[in-house]
Amino acid sequence: MPYLDHAATTPMLPEVIDAISASMRASATGVAGNPSSVHTSGRQARRIIEESRERLAAALDARPSEVIFTSGGTEADNLAVKGIYFARRAADPARRRLLVSAVEHHAVLDSADHLVSAAGAELGLLPVDSDGVVRPEALAAALAEDPGSVALVSVMWANNEVGSIQPIGELTEIAHGYGVPFHTDAVQAVGTLGVSFAESGVDAMTVTAHKIGGPVGVGALLLGRGVDCVPVLHGGGQERDVRSGTLDTPGAVGFALAAELAVGRRAELAPRLARLRDELIDGVRRAVPDAVLNGHPVHRLPGNAHLSFPGCEGDSLLMLLDARGIECSTGSACSAGVAQPSHVLLAMGTDEQRARGALRLSLGHTSTAADVRTVVEAIGPVVERARRASAAVGVAAGAGRSA
Amino acid sequence: MNAPADSEVRRLKVLAAMSGGVDSAVAAARAVAAGWDVTGVHLALSRQPATLRTGSRGCCSLEDSNDARRTADILGIPFYVWDFAERFAADVIDDFVAEYAAGRTPNPCLRCNEKIKFAALLDRALALGFDAVVTGHHARLTDGRLCRSVDAAKDQSYVLAVLTREQLAHAVFPLGDSTKDQVRAEAARLGLAVASKPDSHDICFIADGDTQAFLDRRLGERPGDIVDTDGAVLGSHAGTHHYTVGQRRGLNLTRPSATGEPRYVLSISPKTNTVVVGGAADLQVDVVRCGPPVWIAEPPAQPFDCAVQLRAHGMVSPARISADGDGLAAVLGEPQRGVAAGQALVMYDGEQVLGSATILGTERSVGSGAAAHPAAASTG
Repeated sequence: MPYLDHAATTPMLPEVIDAISASMRASATGVAGNPSSVHTSGRQARRIIEESRERLAAALDARPSEVIFTSGGTEADNLAVKGIYFARRAADPARRRLLVSAVEHHAVLDSADHLVSAAGAELGLLPVDSDGVVRPEALAAALAEDPGSVALVSVMWANNEVGSIQPIGELTEIAHGYGVPFHTDAVQAVGTLGVSFAESGVDAMTVTAHKIGGPVGVGALLLGRGVDCVPVLHGGGQERDVRSGTLDTPGAVGFALAAELAVGRRAELAPRLARLRDELIDGVRRAVPDAVLNGHPVHRLPGNAHLSFPGCEGDSLLMLLDARGIECSTGSACSAGVAQPSHVLLAMGTDEQRARGALRLSLGHTSTAADVRTVVEAIGPVVERARRASAAVGVAAGAGRSA
Repeated sequence: MNAPADSEVRRLKVLAAMSGGVDSAVAAARAVAAGWDVTGVHLALSRQPATLRTGSRGCCSLEDSNDARRTADILGIPFYVWDFAERFAADVIDDFVAEYAAGRTPNPCLRCNEKIKFAALLDRALALGFDAVVTGHHARLTDGRLCRSVDAAKDQSYVLAVLTREQLAHAVFPLGDSTKDQVRAEAARLGLAVASKPDSHDICFIADGDTQAFLDRRLGERPGDIVDTDGAVLGSHAGTHHYTVGQRRGLNLTRPSATGEPRYVLSISPKTNTVVVGGAADLQVDVVRCGPPVWIAEPPAQPFDCAVQLRAHGMVSPARISADGDGLAAVLGEPQRGVAAGQALVMYDGEQVLGSATILGTERSVGSGAAAHPAAASTG
């Protein structure tokens, strides 16, 4: 059954399951230590945490002391945006501006919005071009306006919906030129793109385990040693006094192993996924000639195919594909499960009609050529049926507004 | 259980509309038990759904959506949320406001069945390859015959009577032969968490249940006069949308009636922006004029006698129906109070729905002289 929603979450790697199981079992046979306890079991757990930290740091080319374990990507994004904002503003009350790309994940966008409504921040949304890419000159202009007022710049490494890769190196350099720290959400990039924390020069980077075959519920903020950050979760101060909460030993083990495996297999996986993705896009376009590819045609995640089918509702497509055993996504889903027109597509200047008919097919480590064939064979009839449904209801023609 | 005619030929493929309440949950469960291929759909009707249920609203919060999803999971059927908020706003909410602005008293549940559940949703379902839409309405539908539920207190045939035969041909109401108590007991037996969820009563898109305040926000203040049947000004009002035919409270009249008896809203005239009031006797009407009928049963030769219901959960009266231009006129066997334009007149032969028509206005042919109450300026 083709699972083409790796951007949402990935099937866990068997090796990772074994390592987590072993770690959990160990806690039942004597080593039940809280990594912060000083007794033998505690020290043993702490050793496992620190080894995991070192392995994760090595996989992402960071220093171990730069790894702050969190409960996942959302927490890491919240910590970066809120924590660095509060620290920067405390050092200089003039620093109230957040420069954030318009296509960020809601974990970043809504954190920034919250700071605007609750903590006196100002939000500057960095526009993107029609490929979903932030233009460096847009960031430069926003900074030059009033550099002293900027607390933080946050631009994701690669977009979770349309897959476009951002010019992180260039953007970081521009921000640093004004002495402003730079955060990037690299959740989608690890495992298929070369991600080096040290080389990128960014000050903070969000990563998470479940997008690379690891468990849900563990992630990290890589935070440069010199970057001040105020805690969001207060308590025991376990992680560098920036993040509190008892550390998840099996989770850290699973994350570290998943990161090692993902980075180690990238040279094989990335080109394989890129080939499958191109076959998928070509095959879909042959079956549905007016399908449109969203996102950058070249600088995109190897596993991401994001297409719009004019005259269709994305959720009709999703349901019809699901009935044929093909699992994918309309790109963004709110908690009610309602497909709203994506803020990413709207920021790219996509018209609402094209945004409504969008489908994200994201490949990953379990994807095969057979998956691609299944989709290519199904997509023609599915699109035809979805078009009839839209025409019947008149949604495509905007008849809903006519009354 | 009723089903479209070709159910024997192949496995019926149905879409179960799931509000998150107990009725639609059990309706879906019965469709599954019947061996049909069932897919659950929750309609998102609000642009900004609330997180948790408040008061007695039926279906518009995320909690309700999650309740529906949970039921679908227990039944082992696929489940999706479809966004009909735009259609709902245009066809139900805007219509509701426009009807009040025109001096009529709309029934939004009826409109939702007519325009959303058995139009937008049904059309989409049919186009996507489904045979029918299953809902938890309390009514019986067999071979195209729409009848009252066996549970008289929960009967919803009135709000379904506006549907056409084509719409009903693709509708399935699995609950018509059961009482509400039986439905709840069945939900509990099936382990559905919604078994004891309270019934919904209020209008789903008015969160706090304050219809007056909702209409004020949409229509603003439109002050005018309150007059008697001779046109004498008795007081003032802040907008005719605050009044419904038959209403007694909130009139705030400055002059008492000559006889000291209470006065009621007799009619609303949006053209002159006046509310006409009078005594209880004037409220009794026995002629109801309606727009073009929608027939579910074979239309009887006119004139004919039947029973009519003039509002949801309203009394039933014997009536003689005859043609009246494009529409119908009903002469009631016994005068009725509080008959409001905008509501539906539903015609019954015993338990069976014959058809319906929208009420345009009322008249009084008995008592102290004939007085016409054209309940809306657009009458005729």
